[in-house]
Amino acid sequence: MKWPAMGYARVESLDELWRALDAAGPEAQILAGGQSLLATLAFRLSAPSTLIDITRIAALKGVSVAGNVLRIGALTRHADLARDPLVARHAPMLAEAAPLIAHPAIRNRGTIGGSLALADPAAELPASVVALGATLVLASRAGERRVPASDFFQGLFTTALDAGEIITAVEVPVATATSRQTIVEVTRRSGDYAMAGLAAALEVDGGVVTSARLVFFGIGSGAEVARGASAALTGKALSAETIAAAQAALDGDLDPPTDLHGGPEMKRHLARVLIRRALTAYLAPTEQAA
Amino acid sequence: MTTRIDVTLTVNGERVSRSVDTRLHLVDFLRSELGLAGAHTGCEHGVCGACTVRLDGEPVRGCLVMAASLDGAVVETIEGLSDSGEIRDLQEAFVARNACQCGYCTPGMLVTAADILTASPQATREEIREHISGNYCRCTGYQAIVDAVEDVLKARAAKREAA
Repeated sequence: MKWPAMGYARVESLDELWRALDAAGPEAQILAGGQSLLATLAFRLSAPSTLIDITRIAALKGVSVAGNVLRIGALTRHADLARDPLVARHAPMLAEAAPLIAHPAIRNRGTIGGSLALADPAAELPASVVALGATLVLASRAGERRVPASDFFQGLFTTALDAGEIITAVEVPVATATSRQTIVEVTRRSGDYAMAGLAAALEVDGGVVTSARLVFFGIGSGAEVARGASAALTGKALSAETIAAAQAALDGDLDPPTDLHGGPEMKRHLARVLIRRALTAYLAPTEQAA
Repeated sequence: MTTRIDVTLTVNGERVSRSVDTRLHLVDFLRSELGLAGAHTGCEHGVCGACTVRLDGEPVRGCLVMAASLDGAVVETIEGLSDSGEIRDLQEAFVARNACQCGYCTPGMLVTAADILTASPQATREEIREHISGNYCRCTGYQAIVDAVEDVLKARAAKREAA
């Protein structure tokens, strides 16, 4: 149905945003790309008193590298992530994740800040930033704070954002020669939300996994860190056996609810399949054939 | 609460100024305020792609853009793309390949297909399918649409080589 009646305000700076939030009151919502928020208006899943459009705030834009940190402005669109050379070089998982998100027209509007703030349990980017060990930069009238991605997500559509606070940027540790990062998912149709997905970030030094972070999405209430499976890989040489061990450890990690797609057993099966798909690429060619 | 917003934007090369209701999305704005009925209103929640238009040079879902947010924007619709001749070959290929049946998806499909021609001139059939995956067609089964886009990609590539 048509959207409900609401106010609209556009702000051009963070100072203007704080003033607009004060003026609009607690029922106001922030509008970035709007590719989820505006759809929820049609279903009356949201009914904001006012939408405050932040898309012209220059401080929230741009991708840059300083030292060992890739800084991605909150307004960076999925289409930008997919083609930005700095993202491709320093956080290849995000460049790989972007084309998995919806369709080209949506990727031209949707932003990384918006996706992380929404915290959809089946979304690619929340799981990706947790796997990459990223830090979210949050700002409010009171100032700035930094929250590790792993602490930011607190469950179904729930985050550490306080009222009157927004994400301004995502800071990702840059990939090194030992980094192996990838994202894989299973969908019924291209562009659908994943039935199950895996963001995998490993450090592999001389064939030995020195750290592993396997983060699933679409199988629970949010970005689910598979601690047992990650631990099963750490300190081991990457091989068909260690991949099997990680798969076996998954049962203790995941407690998938039944959803539209199927029950817990199907989700567990898909999670095992995803581990194999993600990690087999990092095996020696001779082992891959086996 | 301000529920009407003044916007001035460029639509198909013409400057237009309107006071728009905040409830209005871009497609309804085009259709009801400007009489440009080429872009279709379909699902109105970003799934079907019938409302795809070009905003600041890129395809977007017209139903997921607030008309109130369009001050300074540049919008191109199927009417503008038709008049400019930019996609004449694509439109002819759609006819030749019978890539439109009921026609409901066609304006959005053409805007998306035009994006393939500029953004991925080397696209394979698989990439064409991927690129139009957000535009639903309930008649053709997509085969004819992919054929039409592929024909134009090949024809344009041959033209570039000859030049």
